[in-house]
Amino acid sequence: MSRLKTIVRNQRGVQPLRGGHSLCQGCGVPMVVRTVLSTIRQPVVVVNATGCLEVATTRFPTTAWNVPWLHVAFENAAAVASGVESAQRVLRRRHALPAGEEVAVVVFAGDGGTYDIGLQALSGALERGHRFLFVCYDNEAYMNTGVQRSGATPFGASTTTSPAGLDSFGKAQRRKDMTAIAVAHHVPYVAQAASTHWHDLSVKVERAVAADGPAFLNVLTDCPVGWGHEPKLAKQVIDAAVETCFWPLYEVVEGRHRLTYTPRQAPVEEWLGSQQRFAHLFRPENAELISQIQGQVEADWNELLARCEEGRM
Amino acid sequence: MTDVRLLTGGEAVAHAMRQIDPDVVPVYPITPQTPIIQTFAKLIADGEASTEIVNVESEHSAMSAAIGAALAGGRTMTATSSQGLALMAEVVYIAASMRAPIVMALGNRALSGPINIHCDHSDSMLIRDSGVVQLFAESAQDAYDLTVMAPRIAEDARVLLPVLVCLDGFTITHSAEPVSLLPDDEVARFVGPYRLRNAVLDTTRPTTQGPFAMPDYYFELRRQQAAALEAALDVLEEVAAEFELLSRRRVGALEAYRLEDATRAIVALGSTAGTVKDVVDELRDEHEAAGLLRLVSFRPFPSAAIAAALEGCASVAVLDRADSPGGTPPLHAELAAALYGSDLELAGHVYGLGGRELHPPDVREIFRGAAAPYVGLRGERCPV
Ligand SMILES: Cc1ncc(C[n+]2csc(CCOP(=O)(O)OP(=O)(O)O)c2C)c(N)n1
Ligand code: SF4
Ligand SMILES: [Mg+2]
Repeated sequence: MSRLKTIVRNQRGVQPLRGGHSLCQGCGVPMVVRTVLSTIRQPVVVVNATGCLEVATTRFPTTAWNVPWLHVAFENAAAVASGVESAQRVLRRRHALPAGEEVAVVVFAGDGGTYDIGLQALSGALERGHRFLFVCYDNEAYMNTGVQRSGATPFGASTTTSPAGLDSFGKAQRRKDMTAIAVAHHVPYVAQAASTHWHDLSVKVERAVAADGPAFLNVLTDCPVGWGHEPKLAKQVIDAAVETCFWPLYEVVEGRHRLTYTPRQAPVEEWLGSQQRFAHLFRPENAELISQIQGQVEADWNELLARCEEGRM
Repeated sequence: MTDVRLLTGGEAVAHAMRQIDPDVVPVYPITPQTPIIQTFAKLIADGEASTEIVNVESEHSAMSAAIGAALAGGRTMTATSSQGLALMAEVVYIAASMRAPIVMALGNRALSGPINIHCDHSDSMLIRDSGVVQLFAESAQDAYDLTVMAPRIAEDARVLLPVLVCLDGFTITHSAEPVSLLPDDEVARFVGPYRLRNAVLDTTRPTTQGPFAMPDYYFELRRQQAAALEAALDVLEEVAAEFELLSRRRVGALEAYRLEDATRAIVALGSTAGTVKDVVDELRDEHEAAGLLRLVSFRPFPSAAIAAALEGCASVAVLDRADSPGGTPPLHAELAAALYGSDLELAGHVYGLGGRELHPPDVREIFRGAAAPYVGLRGERCPV
């Protein structure tokens, strides 16, 4: 488990992701990257999908990365990782790599590069059983291109392609349950985490990397620009997602579900009220929508509890 | 000891792959490429090679995984055709820009639509400007030879680019011919070990690969990449010369067939060259000064060598097995540029789309200057 001090420096004392990048103030993404990479003790190769993280950390000829880093395109990070992992496996078999610690292959992709355009490549790689860790930093929209809706954008959120207006309450569809989709691939480790729950995330990373096969982490990550909150409130906003049960923290080990945190079960207004993208929901004519969202969250929560119960049998 | 076997072009490529024994082959099935990967998979299943085949879920992922594997430090090959190439096109461009020395067999097949499985070169032409080397085989033997040569070209420090060995769908991929194989150990020695200077798996020297480049650097990087493709011409000839010492067969950037004193010439890519050679022989018997310029290397395009080879000709007909709707077909346009300023007469013909046959009488018509721009097109309105 990482202590706060080691979150910025990994076990060898090197910062895997240095400062000087151009991710926005208050952006949750670098926090996720540092927590993940600082937890992993063995050497890593990072594969990054196109998105804010990639663009803001590697403007040629500069780089913020202190670990091997590979970016090919938006939708194929899991396929690229499959290639790296396969090469490592065969090179070890053929004694072309020095014996020693295995290199962990870690993917970072946004929700667009995971839920939507990247889903096929991810599904293929999970099904083939490559040993790698796929981390989705889920900020619930295509942020890098200017906050467009994605399959991860929640019901009711206003984005630039699902704007709220006189005739619109924002996104009219519910978000996909990507964590459940990953579980359906029968991989050894899947978990849902949040950018500001460091300890929880770090423990999950340790388990994910130790898993004998693919591991998937879905990490809710704030974006002050796209969500419309003050950068300094990032922690409160993410905490509200967790405490309202909008974003439960849990893990699925070999198919068995387990809650890793017990939320307060606060009303969804606490989550919705913290961000500008939901502001229109608080207009009197939209009151019904908020109770609809509360109902969805409760139904999902109860379903998750039932799965956790089954796991206990 | 020469080892001559009756093999289809697809099998010949698979045997070259067995002898190269690459580290990783990510691949997805598509006709007419499939015999390559099926034959190769069986050779591995029988213990004749130990490559890691990654059965990916799409060609887009095949090329993506190939980039990952090649840059990680493994020798990587793959194969595709037509729609597969179209799907992976985005990543083919990136493979070139990331300087990933991947070798790919391309069983040339017409692009949809309508969907069709037979040969033309529209798939190759789709990625004409991607920055990859494209070498066209005339026969199964050629496909074998070029596949053995390809890693040496791709991995040369002056090049470091993907190399595509293009073999006409069905005409080459599925037709059996006697193919002379080199001994396994000679191929292994010829190809040598895969050594990449900045392997991603070298975690002691971290590199950032595939960064974001803005107007201040993008242009420089692209020009550097184009220069590497240009350099592949010299490298191809060097590798061809070395390969000739082993095999006594020479496959360079182009082949001049009875061109020395020819006044009329045809320029063509791929298996069609075989048909043209037959007609040239007949015409020569009839005392007509006909010749063929077969292009092996379409990218890089050997303009200077082509101009020199065609110098004595009065007229040249270019055969394109791909159209460029609304423009000039690709090979024709290249030839026009290469021969600009010379006074020879240049005619362009499109033929063979979607696998339509080109017959020797058609070739005679072309030599006579009497063929239509679209050779073999019946032209009637199709039923709706
Ligand atoms: C094939 C392709 N389609 C579209 C784009 C444009 N694009 C680049 S990043 C991006 C959005 C990324 O969203 P996400 O994965 O959620 O990451 P984030 O920007 O939120 O970090 C889009 C649409 C692209 N680069 N490639
Ligand atoms: S737009 Fe959002 S996700 Fe992108 S860098 Fe800024 S805060 Fe982070
Ligand atoms: Mg996003």
